[in-house]
Amino acid sequence: MSASAAYDEKLVYMANQIARNFSIHGEEKAVASTLDHIRMFWDPRMRARILDHLRAGGVGLEPTTRRALELLSLAATE
Amino acid sequence: MKLYNESDHGTPAKKATSEVKLSVDGRVVSVPAGTSVMRAAAIAGIGVPKLCATESLEAFGSCRMCLVEIEGRNGTPASCTTPAAEGMVVHTQNERLKKLRRGVMELYISDHPLDCLTCSANGDCELQDMAGAVGLREVRYGYDGENHLKAKKDESNPYFTFDPSKCIVCSRCVRACDETQGTLALTIQGRGFGSTVSASQNQSFLESECVSCGACIKACPTATLMEKSVIDIGLPEHSVITTCAYCGVGCTFKAEMRGEEVVRMVPFDDGKANQGHSCVKGRFAWGYTTHKERVLKPMIRAKVTDPWQEVSWERAITHAASEIRRLQEAHGRGAVGGITSSRCTNEETFLVQKLVRAAFGNNNVDTCARVCHSPTGYGLKTTFGTSAGTQDFESVEHADVIMVIGANPTDGHPVFASRMKRRLRAGAKLIVIDPRRIDLVRTPHVEASHHLALQPGTNVAVLTGLAHVIVSEGLANEAFIRERCDFDEYLQWAEFVKRPEYSPEAVEKVSGVPAETLRGAARLYASGGNGAIYYGLGVTEHSQGSTAVMAIANLAMATGNLGRPGVGVNPLRGQNNVQGSCDMGSFPHELVGYRHVSDAAVRAIFDKAWGVKVDPEPGLRISNMIDSALEGSFKGIYIQGEDILQSDPNTKHIAAGLGAMECVIVHDLFLNETASYAHVFLPGSTFLEKDGTFTNAERRIQLVRKVMTPRNGYADWEITQLLSNALGYPMHYAHPSEIMDEIARTTPTFTGVSFDKLDRLGSIQWPCNDRAPEGTPVMHVGSFVRGKGRFVLTEFVPTDEKTGPRFPLLLTTGRILTQYNVGAQTRRTANEVWHPEDRLEIHPFDAEERGVKDGDWVKLASRSGETTLRAQVTDRVAPGVVYTTFHHPSTQANVVTSEYADWATSCPEYKVTAVQVSPTREPAEWQTQYARMSADQRKLAEPSK
Repeated sequence: MSASAAYDEKLVYMANQIARNFSIHGEEKAVASTLDHIRMFWDPRMRARILDHLRAGGVGLEPTTRRALELLSLAATE
Repeated sequence: MKLYNESDHGTPAKKATSEVKLSVDGRVVSVPAGTSVMRAAAIAGIGVPKLCATESLEAFGSCRMCLVEIEGRNGTPASCTTPAAEGMVVHTQNERLKKLRRGVMELYISDHPLDCLTCSANGDCELQDMAGAVGLREVRYGYDGENHLKAKKDESNPYFTFDPSKCIVCSRCVRACDETQGTLALTIQGRGFGSTVSASQNQSFLESECVSCGACIKACPTATLMEKSVIDIGLPEHSVITTCAYCGVGCTFKAEMRGEEVVRMVPFDDGKANQGHSCVKGRFAWGYTTHKERVLKPMIRAKVTDPWQEVSWERAITHAASEIRRLQEAHGRGAVGGITSSRCTNEETFLVQKLVRAAFGNNNVDTCARVCHSPTGYGLKTTFGTSAGTQDFESVEHADVIMVIGANPTDGHPVFASRMKRRLRAGAKLIVIDPRRIDLVRTPHVEASHHLALQPGTNVAVLTGLAHVIVSEGLANEAFIRERCDFDEYLQWAEFVKRPEYSPEAVEKVSGVPAETLRGAARLYASGGNGAIYYGLGVTEHSQGSTAVMAIANLAMATGNLGRPGVGVNPLRGQNNVQGSCDMGSFPHELVGYRHVSDAAVRAIFDKAWGVKVDPEPGLRISNMIDSALEGSFKGIYIQGEDILQSDPNTKHIAAGLGAMECVIVHDLFLNETASYAHVFLPGSTFLEKDGTFTNAERRIQLVRKVMTPRNGYADWEITQLLSNALGYPMHYAHPSEIMDEIARTTPTFTGVSFDKLDRLGSIQWPCNDRAPEGTPVMHVGSFVRGKGRFVLTEFVPTDEKTGPRFPLLLTTGRILTQYNVGAQTRRTANEVWHPEDRLEIHPFDAEERGVKDGDWVKLASRSGETTLRAQVTDRVAPGVVYTTFHHPSTQANVVTSEYADWATSCPEYKVTAVQVSPTREPAEWQTQYARMSADQRKLAEPSK
């Protein structure tokens, strides 16, 4: 695996892990909390990188994570 | 400057609601009921002669020097053991008493070498003082009879000697070991004239159970137990009160000096955190400050394979600044960052984060708390509203039930452990939640009521299981919850924890903790009186570290164990200034005082104070910096006082990340492991060479005072300032007190803090502001910082680090008493004698299955890498679990640990790594390569020495 792909995989893992830990609160709250967490704690280049991954198909993203990132993407383009 | 000597009233102060009035030698004095006559006399200004009595120990009444007469009473009672009473009339001096004392003293001296002029305690000997006080002028008994004058010295301990020929068998050392330290390693062996002090079973001090805390030496009234440094140098001539630079207890010490040479470090009786006690590190392991390997001149090099070139400070700083600017011009403002140090002062960490935010122009600043207590910050802020422990250390004295989770206080926080053990010996109950049988589980006169020896990685299941029992059995404190917490959130949480998957039986299947043990622990914590939780990195360094912290907070709220002395949630911080470095804005998402960078109102404060626009976006964490370096967007780093190559997980990954950077600036005392990848080395200063403050685990801010000129030329805050000025962002602080003034101006929880006030009060626990002008010992009294306490659902999500056929064992890591973190300091002291290498603890079943015997070399392999070390076969660990320390670079335990981390904070999951252990006869390939590279790196620095 290339270093670039490994980095994408790591970011996907981190985002999924956040979503998984919020999942107990129910889907809608988990999406909102995941979005908020990534906004509050991730450096912009990490956010940009995972949004690129999302736009490229988002391999590996769990549904809750994907929804949170889609909202993040929407906010980024607004 | 003077030699500071605390007053000694002979017996401890008593707390009482009533007072008694008595007359001592015609002086009327009022004292709390229960106070000894000796102490009452001392308060009245009258020093009764004494030898076996000292204020830190309970009265013993053996030396017969403190005899007094009390009107209406027969005989001459010992004033140390006689309580003062209302209307008592005491006489401390008359012909009868003089004669008695002189006779007793004559007997002491008849078996004592009269070598006062050449004795190491000459001028600092209570026996000498008392001989003078009682007017002893002759000794009628010769040395012809039996005596102890030729008793053999024990010089086995590297730091002190035991000379029994000078011992007066006052038992102060034995009692100090019992009462102050709680190890009970010393005893009086034999009877009558044959009585001698003995370490353990008449062993040498080094071989005995002695933990070298130094309490016995401090208590010794003669030169019997004496620091070797005093024997070598002589007695000190002045002392400076300062703060220890080892663990998060934050002991106050008197640095006793002769000129600029440290003679000894003596724990300060008025130190609020340590109350005159110490451990082997703070008391003795300060020799690294003058170690020959310390680098004192700045060095630079173009490539990490080049020899280091010694240069002037000006050239090194100019070069470092030009490299940072070059990288930012070529790769963007965010291409560089910095790491603050929990070993440095508040003022120094504040300055490094200011440098990054104001001079670098980004938020790429992080700190070593990332890899230890960052989940504490997240968890306690979420539930209570602030990122800190709730109590002061004194609080433990009011606890009825003490729950220790994932912490090993007797090794990691030994001085606080002694205080905790004292409370346990007095009757408080103990619950230990830890995969290992730590010393606290069973130690002299202390035995845990419950030891929950859980499988590593199952903290959240166990903690939520405890909540299940508390809620299901109606043990929750509903009145507290209704008043202090969000009750709707509580109801939701209560329903959650009652789920069958958190029943004790279900939790037993996951964690291995017997259901009845879990039930017993929950019942005891909830209904045993004041319940206090103390936890450490065994909670935080997990993929659910933050969740576990919140689960702990839930337990405390559910049982009403918050907001008063004796209770609370208390993170035991690892390094001396972890709390402070976090407080000072060292995280990439927070400014000073835990305020998020996205808050425009907060940024406006710093925009104005610093004359820049603070970046509103969070920066990179350490792990993100390494990843971004490998990915190509992060090119340079300034690291103050941290050795990320040895301390952070997956060493190979860290090495690759550092290797991908174009400019690594290491600012440290020694060429640490990270320096192998550095291009600029800036020599650091020790805690003895600078002024500033540290903040300990109880939020206590304490002064660090300079006792000698920095051998490297500058204090660390001055070096950061030089770098900032070279980068074109001017800093002109003349003294760290001015930095603290800036912190106070910009931070609501520090508004009332200043060096002057610290000097006056001795220490201050933040918050310190108009509402609490002298600080806040206990937080969340009346209400939580966030208003209502917040219950958080803590679902157990098992780690992705799984055992299997290839890696069937779970490795967990930790520290040992005599070494400190990566060992950069303690490995350069005589502490090496106790722990010269990291060893792997393995259960006898697992060892036998693998053909491993105690002391054998074994290969420890995981999915990340492998290393070799020697095995220690012990049932301290459960079958299936192995344990090691990470103090030695030759072992590099973190070659093995994985990159899994806490979901919320990226704190690495050091405590859970799937491994295999097998016998081996040769070092791992990585070790061989690393040893070669490390040796080469040190050779590259040789011309500069």
